[in-house]
Amino acid sequence: MRKLVIAISMLAFAGSAAFADPILDRQALMKERGKIVGGLAKVAKGDDPFDATAVLTQLQALQANAEKFDVDALFPKGSDTGDTTAGPKIWEDMAGFKAVEDKYLADVKAAVAAAPADVGALKAQVGAIGSDCGTCHQGYRVKKS
Amino acid sequence: MAWLKKLVGVALVLGGVGAAAGWLLSAPVRLDTTVLAQLGPGDAAKGKRIFYAGGCTSCHAKPGSQGDARLQLVGGLELKTPFGTFVPPNISQDPKDGIGAWSVEDLANAMLKGVSPSGQHFYPAFPYASYARMKPSDIADLYAFLKTLPAVAGKAPDNSLVFPFNIRRGIGMWKLLYLSDQPVIPLPAGTPDPVMAGRYLVEGPGHCGECHTPRDFAGGTKKGEWLAGAVAAEGSGVVPNITSGGGGFGNWSQADIANYLETGFTPEFDSVGGAMVDVQRNMAELTPDDRAAIAAYLKAVPPHPNGYPTRKPAS
Repeated sequence: MRKLVIAISMLAFAGSAAFADPILDRQALMKERGKIVGGLAKVAKGDDPFDATAVLTQLQALQANAEKFDVDALFPKGSDTGDTTAGPKIWEDMAGFKAVEDKYLADVKAAVAAAPADVGALKAQVGAIGSDCGTCHQGYRVKKS
Repeated sequence: MAWLKKLVGVALVLGGVGAAAGWLLSAPVRLDTTVLAQLGPGDAAKGKRIFYAGGCTSCHAKPGSQGDARLQLVGGLELKTPFGTFVPPNISQDPKDGIGAWSVEDLANAMLKGVSPSGQHFYPAFPYASYARMKPSDIADLYAFLKTLPAVAGKAPDNSLVFPFNIRRGIGMWKLLYLSDQPVIPLPAGTPDPVMAGRYLVEGPGHCGECHTPRDFAGGTKKGEWLAGAVAAEGSGVVPNITSGGGGFGNWSQADIANYLETGFTPEFDSVGGAMVDVQRNMAELTPDDRAAIAAYLKAVPPHPNGYPTRKPAS
């Protein structure tokens, strides 16, 4: 029993340590997100060949990334200062911010569920996802340098 | 004491002359007939391109509008700047609240001279300092396109500006300093056509310099730091340097720029953000040739280091 308690508390500690710096964590997730979308966009544009299996794998990776995006853990109060481009509107309108993130997750899930069979289908999905990126970056991000 | 009286008299006369000169110099100036003669009949299909190049909907649609709502030009966005809050008006076809009763000459005077039909100065938050470089025939095309858009009733609230910016007549002086129909960047004869076309789109209808160029104390763009990036007029952010100078986007290829304007993705697959989101939506409506021209011009403008101060290290 004692071992179990120790194990659980260690796990909990490891969990909190993973989120020790929410700014770095959310930046890492956004970087990964951008990289995956970038790869998909290249296929959608015709720069890279379309391979249905590879595309689906990428979309699934995008979904896994989006599901890891826990807004409460990544954007705690006070994480608006320092080396971040997170805009003040995130904390002024947390519900709106979460709604945009939820729409993004829903669009990614929809793309996975309707795995694209050709470039045209992928293009439409990347378009919808890209527009979600823009919606969030329009209001909730402030470039400072 | 006769000398004192004389001195006072001279001072009064000089002051009066100065005031009269200021009054005359600051008077709104309309277009002359030779320019108006170039307007032509106007073509709505061509005007659609100008409408998107000019970004009209970004400021004049209701904030947050999507899809067809972006064509309802009812106004009402609030631009909160150090000068006060500017509110773009209703420019829908409503004859009372919008500009449905305007003639094509009225639109040309507004866009090329910053003068309203009743003869008042518009504030240069309406970017006529850029639009002044547009061809009159493009204004006529835009007019024809605007006529195809819906009339939407409803007046937007007035601007609320701080003194002395709330004195409209003062804009006349500002215009003497900053209003010109001449290109910003001189291009030598033999410059490739796309660069020339891009210059027109960027410096004229696209009015990119209004946000991407730093401003001097009087609110005019610093032509010597053209497109070098600037502290944003609204909020706490910055607008990026879009020259190839240090801090700029010299590592973007021409194709990268055109692709960004079309899709909203940077070469690193970051996405477009801030006020540029609406701009990019407009740019996506242009032809590939137009976007390529804009990119060609941006690669050709003189490089400058960032036109805004480096961020202070986090405390």
